[in-house]
Amino acid sequence: MPIEVDGKVLETDEEGYLANINDWVPGVAEVMSKEDDLELTDEHWDIINFLREYYEEYQIAPAVRVLTKAVGKKLGKDKGNSKYLYGLFPYGPGKQACRYAGLPKPTGCV
Amino acid sequence: MATKKFMYVNRRAPYGTIYAWEALEVVLIGAAFEQDVSMAFVDDGVFQLMKGQDTAGIDMKNFSPTYSALGDYEVTKIYVEKESLEERGLTLDDLQHLVWEDEDEDWAEKDSIRLVSRAELAEVFAGQDVMFNF
Repeated sequence: MPIEVDGKVLETDEEGYLANINDWVPGVAEVMSKEDDLELTDEHWDIINFLREYYEEYQIAPAVRVLTKAVGKKLGKDKGNSKYLYGLFPYGPGKQACRYAGLPKPTGCV
Repeated sequence: MATKKFMYVNRRAPYGTIYAWEALEVVLIGAAFEQDVSMAFVDDGVFQLMKGQDTAGIDMKNFSPTYSALGDYEVTKIYVEKESLEERGLTLDDLQHLVWEDEDEDWAEKDSIRLVSRAELAEVFAGQDVMFNF
């Protein structure tokens, strides 16, 4: 179902991921999170921005296990665990945060 | 479940067919199952690891940066066949520098690529439980 962000209509796939990664603007995360009744905090944005940087560098969305380890290294051990990440993204940090970040579904997400 | 040794053998050039990208995706997905994973690059497969790939002219995604993520997925044994490189006029310096970080040693960076001869690689193959050819 397409979503409307800043007056533009953006295509998504059947699972709600952006069809075109280049369409992403921060408003995408705002609109998607509102639909999930989730209020984005700085802590959410840390993860979303981290995922976008990861994709920029490696051209893939990391599996949640890889994300957890990498977050722990970059943002501190207290954040590099699944309890913290699921607290932020109850639908799964891989899937939900990647969707907000405009990335495809994580590679290695089983 | 006992850990098995999985070897993914890459023999084809990176673009023109989907094999190289599919192999990489299978490796990344398979890495979630915590097996003992190795990759080998032989024949034209060595081109997959080349530095400085640019796919702008062929309208395919340049997935070569993804090889650098293999370390994050705990794929740390990447065998490159020496003869295949030489036959193509290449050396290790033409390939990306792939590393993994050892969490137990304060994230020390270690080389993932192991340059091996054809004979050495045959021995490595002989020691595997499961082989995938791409």
